Amino acid sequence: MEAIISLIIGVLTACGVYLSLRGRTFPVVLGLTLLSYAANLFLLAMGRLTIGAPPIITETADGYADPIPQALVLTAIVISFAMTAFVIVLALKTFKEMGNDHVDGIHKP
Amino acid sequence: MTTHLVITAVLLPLLTGVGLLLLRQQPPFLQRAVSIGSVFIQVILVCQLLALVNQGDILTYSLGNWAAPFGIVLVADRLAIWMLLITALIALFSLLYALLDVDKAGRHFHVLFQLQLFGLNGAFLTGDLFNLFVFFEILLIASYSLLLHGGGRLRTKAGLHFVVINLVGSTLFLFAVGILYGILGTLNMADLALKVAALPAEHVPLIKVAGLLLFGVFALKAALVPLYLWLPNAYAQTSAPVAALFAIMTKVGAYSILRVYSLIFGAEAGLAANLIEPWLLPLALLTLVIGMLGVVASTGLRQQTAYLVIASVGTLLTAIGLNTQAGIVAGLYYLPHSTFAAAACFLLANTIAVRRGEFIDRFESGPSLPHARLIGGLFFMTAVLLAGLPPLSGFIGKFMILKAALAHPQLVWIMGIVLTTSLLALIALARSGSLLFYKVQTVRGQAESAVPVPITREVLPIAGLLALCVVLVVWAGPVTGFLQLTAEQLLEPSFYIQAVMTLEKTP
Repeated sequence: MEAIISLIIGVLTACGVYLSLRGRTFPVVLGLTLLSYAANLFLLAMGRLTIGAPPIITETADGYADPIPQALVLTAIVISFAMTAFVIVLALKTFKEMGNDHVDGIHKP
Repeated sequence: MTTHLVITAVLLPLLTGVGLLLLRQQPPFLQRAVSIGSVFIQVILVCQLLALVNQGDILTYSLGNWAAPFGIVLVADRLAIWMLLITALIALFSLLYALLDVDKAGRHFHVLFQLQLFGLNGAFLTGDLFNLFVFFEILLIASYSLLLHGGGRLRTKAGLHFVVINLVGSTLFLFAVGILYGILGTLNMADLALKVAALPAEHVPLIKVAGLLLFGVFALKAALVPLYLWLPNAYAQTSAPVAALFAIMTKVGAYSILRVYSLIFGAEAGLAANLIEPWLLPLALLTLVIGMLGVVASTGLRQQTAYLVIASVGTLLTAIGLNTQAGIVAGLYYLPHSTFAAAACFLLANTIAVRRGEFIDRFESGPSLPHARLIGGLFFMTAVLLAGLPPLSGFIGKFMILKAALAHPQLVWIMGIVLTTSLLALIALARSGSLLFYKVQTVRGQAESAVPVPITREVLPIAGLLALCVVLVVWAGPVTGFLQLTAEQLLEPSFYIQAVMTLEKTP
């Protein structure tokens, strides 16, 4: 499971970096989204991967999932969600005002 | 009562912001009164906190009464309150300038302004790394909207770059925080300092990676070379009061560098001690050089001021990069000076630009300015401050930095670069001043540009900011005395750690 998770995080990050270096706003927004997905998964994995373990103390449990990264990820998801919404609106505004969707506002065919 | 004073500094702007949202149907003067009143109360509040921390205690506040390191703590030591004081003062004068007409250019200016202060105050006070991330995001999202306030093509374009680069920065911050938590199991800064100091050797490389990732994030916020490219356009294109407030934003990065790398990765951090020492000084000097080249090459006053902000970050981090007590004192003295002077210059650039018609703030010989003596006099004083000439605070700041550098092995480089860039600043500002004020040509068919507000009201905030710099000179003795104690407190992390970790539950 560790290998799969790390592979997923790596691929997401790589795609995110590639897309956010593109010249048009739409791929950039997608790239930022992928990057934030990767960051969120990474944060979650930092609490160690556990399956079926309770995050709060119970008498019958023999292992626990770390609840703090889950709380951190929840915060990070909300923030990245808000930021993504903002950057989408901003990208649309730039498109409307500049007349094209290049990040520098200059149309390069 | 005093226990809750610390969180009041964070809550006041938040509640004012939310309150202003409810007042949006009310007449503008009421919103303005509430906004400026709140900032004024913040100044008083911070002065009171300053008096408290100056007794030597580190004030802490555990949110939700959860004991550290399990809950989030706010920590008010001398450094945090010093930053809060600078923020409150700069906010006061920026807002005074914004009240002239800028706040009417779009909706919710005052709400965003207060939320920006909320983020700034929180970032300075928090004692938890993840909480620092959250406050960074708060101040950033407020700053995105403030930057775009009023609209315009160039502003939107600069805004997009600013937003995208900062979002990437936020992602990096999360990765760094993740690594730190994954290995150390805590995010409380005091607890992190303890855990890093006792780190087993096999985890050191990973922690160093996390520490350097964090440095990358803070360097991005502080506009350190090579991560400064977002700043010049963003600051030059936004409205004047917002740019003036943003003068403190790069200092948030500098503050975070100072805090994290003196507390967590400082001299006592065991195997990860003095983590960024090999990086900070060269990068800071490079920033100073590149920023100053930008100053010389600028084609307009606002752009020039933006590059001066970069150069001042370079100077500031050079002082901090010396990694000595004297260096930190010099840096902390230079910090408010450079912030106030840059803010005054942004406001002044706008005052000049609205009076030059189509020439705005470009360095071309344009029509003669109305009130040229008054504006020119203010510009002269600002230029003296920014170039670091005697007798004003820029000179004292740079003198203290150079004096602190005397014992440093890289003295030649530091001395050479700081002095040469000061000369470049002097030349560039002299050129700007003579182009804007002396080389006047009659422009045919151009009527006097309509300036809606009287000059006295515009000049008041600028003069206020410059007066603060004068205060820094006149009371240089007490200020440096206070900063001496601040640096002592910073270089002895055990005070901070003790104050946080022995936190008892308040009944």
